[in-house]
Amino acid sequence: MSHNHIMPFKTNLTVFLSLVSLTALTVYTAKFVDLGSFNIILAMMIASVKASLVLGWFMHLKGDSNMNKVIIFSSFCFVALLAGICYSDLFFRY
Amino acid sequence: MSTVKVDRRVDHSHHFESMQQEHESGKQGTWLFMATEVMMFGALFTAYFLYRGKYFESWVEGGALLDWKLGALNTVVLLFSSFTMALAVRETQLGHNRKALKYVIFTTVCAFAFLVVKYFEYTGKIHHGLFPSEGMWSYDAQTPQLRLFMVVYFIMTGLHGIHILIGIALMFWLMKRLKNEEFSKDYYTAVEGVGLYWHIVDLIWIYLFPLMYLM
Repeated sequence: MSHNHIMPFKTNLTVFLSLVSLTALTVYTAKFVDLGSFNIILAMMIASVKASLVLGWFMHLKGDSNMNKVIIFSSFCFVALLAGICYSDLFFRY
Repeated sequence: MSTVKVDRRVDHSHHFESMQQEHESGKQGTWLFMATEVMMFGALFTAYFLYRGKYFESWVEGGALLDWKLGALNTVVLLFSSFTMALAVRETQLGHNRKALKYVIFTTVCAFAFLVVKYFEYTGKIHHGLFPSEGMWSYDAQTPQLRLFMVVYFIMTGLHGIHILIGIALMFWLMKRLKNEEFSKDYYTAVEGVGLYWHIVDLIWIYLFPLMYLM
């Protein structure tokens, strides 16, 4: 088969170690560095980097078809739409 | 009338033009399923953020009640299971059914380890009267909406836990098929599909862990 994306062992290991390091960074910044309301934004930013690693490498999306990329990207857009409109209600009601 | 048995390792199903097309179609279906998973959990994450904005003090009180060390341990366990799952897919792609089987077993052991930790967390919460149901709630909350936080906590981690259970069932199915050497370099859609599912379960936990345990 021509579209066989076989990820080398070393790449998989690097992704795994990066994910563990980013978890440690999440715990450290959230528990021991007080950034006020920026803490949750930072945690979500790190989580999104981790999510990109999982999607791009473990799930092979990097070398996958554009169709599959659009499918999963659109689901995140719909969640952002739902969350964004709901959350705006907290600020704009009354 | 007799039907010819198709060897899936070298032949495609009759309604596809090639093995490649069959593989791509199956994978695309799995990605569509993954999109629905993201949207299902997305609705729950929306609930989390909405109530967090509204009842911030309760979210702080609730988050502090959870043991972040157990949460971090489970995060590493899940990340490792994702790693071994990625290796299982890799070995299947190379045509090594037996090696892939070993990695699927590692992944399943991690999945059980995750559930064991979760079991101790849940029973601890129930013991302290933190299960938000009639007759089981007896906790002396400092803020008015702590019970709502626990509802969100149990629904989100509970739904995630159900996904782990389904993942374990799927991996036992894979083990049986790998043991029978049913996959080949050209036919590994099932292993890849379960892999994608398992990574999405991991991806959801990547967001759940900091939001529940650290914020």
